[in-house]
Amino acid sequence: MSMIEFHDVQKYYGDFHALKDINLTVEAGETVVLIGPSGSGKSTLIRTINGLEPIQDGKLIVNGYDLADKKTDPNKIRKNVGMVFQHFNLYANKTVLENIMLAPKVVLKRDDDENRDFAMKLLDQVGLASKADSYPRQLSGGQQQRIAIARSLAMRPKCLLFDEPTSALDPEMIDDVLNVMKDIARDSDMTMLVVTHEMGFAREVGDRVIFMADGQILEDDSKETFFDGQPSNERARQFLSKIIVHK
Amino acid sequence: MAHIVATQWPLLLTGLWHTILCSVIALFFSLIIGSLFAIFEIMPNRVMRIIGHVYVEIFRNIPLLVITMFFFVVIPLYVTKINGFTAGTIGLTIYTSAFIAETVRSGIQSVESGQMEGALSNGLTFWQSMRFIILPQAFKIVIPPLGNQFINLVKNSSVLAFVAGFDLMYQGNMIANNTLQTMPSYFIVAVLYLVITMPLSYYMRHLEKKLA
Repeated sequence: MSMIEFHDVQKYYGDFHALKDINLTVEAGETVVLIGPSGSGKSTLIRTINGLEPIQDGKLIVNGYDLADKKTDPNKIRKNVGMVFQHFNLYANKTVLENIMLAPKVVLKRDDDENRDFAMKLLDQVGLASKADSYPRQLSGGQQQRIAIARSLAMRPKCLLFDEPTSALDPEMIDDVLNVMKDIARDSDMTMLVVTHEMGFAREVGDRVIFMADGQILEDDSKETFFDGQPSNERARQFLSKIIVHK
Repeated sequence: MAHIVATQWPLLLTGLWHTILCSVIALFFSLIIGSLFAIFEIMPNRVMRIIGHVYVEIFRNIPLLVITMFFFVVIPLYVTKINGFTAGTIGLTIYTSAFIAETVRSGIQSVESGQMEGALSNGLTFWQSMRFIILPQAFKIVIPPLGNQFINLVKNSSVLAFVAGFDLMYQGNMIANNTLQTMPSYFIVAVLYLVITMPLSYYMRHLEKKLA
């Protein structure tokens, strides 16, 4: 079974047609990178997958549940599909450790000792075990983002969504976050959808690259075709040349 | 004045007790009811939002005295016997909860929207997100205006005097009538209200500093 299936999905903000005829299938375990100019609908698309944005038409099946069906509780999907945000969205009223332990505790009723051990293991994995008792506001952006990733991993999700995870970070912090993400992509069988402009990341661990503009998917290529061959779409070629020049 | 205190202290004590009792009960329930309607007002579900708005707009725009009289007069007529203290406390609770709902709603809305999105994406339900993440942050923000509501509540409990609720104001009227010493009687009543509201005021300020 595929992890995510879009069938002719349409999304509107009032009169604005934000997602047009989206058809996309992501298999379990794939790492898919979404790129495109700002306002192209990448973030909107990724936010529909865990029901943060409702869709108006089409079918959107995630982990077996149809999000277009009004009777589907998005919470069922969110338990298995984590999300990492541009601005981290760590709980401001909780310590780092509490941030990671809260959802496993109240949603999965995980045993307290096991919960703490796993949370500390994850903190260790992202290199921030020493910050367990700090509050988010005491940490740098890069540290907060690594903790946000650990918080998502604590739910042992099948799929992780990344919405521009490094866009709000200082340049020297970006690598720390990308390295954590690369580790996950290599070492786990988690499905990953990543909205990013980090082409290095896409090249290294991506399986597929999707290019969006004006609410449409214009290119859906394997990494090799996209970077080493030529995207067939003119706008995708232009976009790519600009990014590569900047690098 | 000392003479009034010396001879009328049982009435004053009864009044003080009823005012405090009414205030504590009304504070407790209006905080719960107010928070509940505040959440209704910002829920994704449109019907719940409308229910929240209607409640708030009705009860904060009717005078407290009218709401209280409604419970004191109408309820006994059609439903059940109800004494002045109960009618007054219910009226005060409903009236205050509408203001608390508006205060708490503004607090909830000033919590960054990313907090709710983070919690929902993490697998928490709407109500779990409210309880563990949003409300704790919202209450911290609205402590100063909430303190105002609490102080208003204590002062507004004087509405009990109109429905024979045996509160401070009611006893003040009695003493003024009995002794014919109007000025000193109400002066003592005013001082006793301060005895309740001043510590409350200082406590809220202390809380604000502590949680800041």
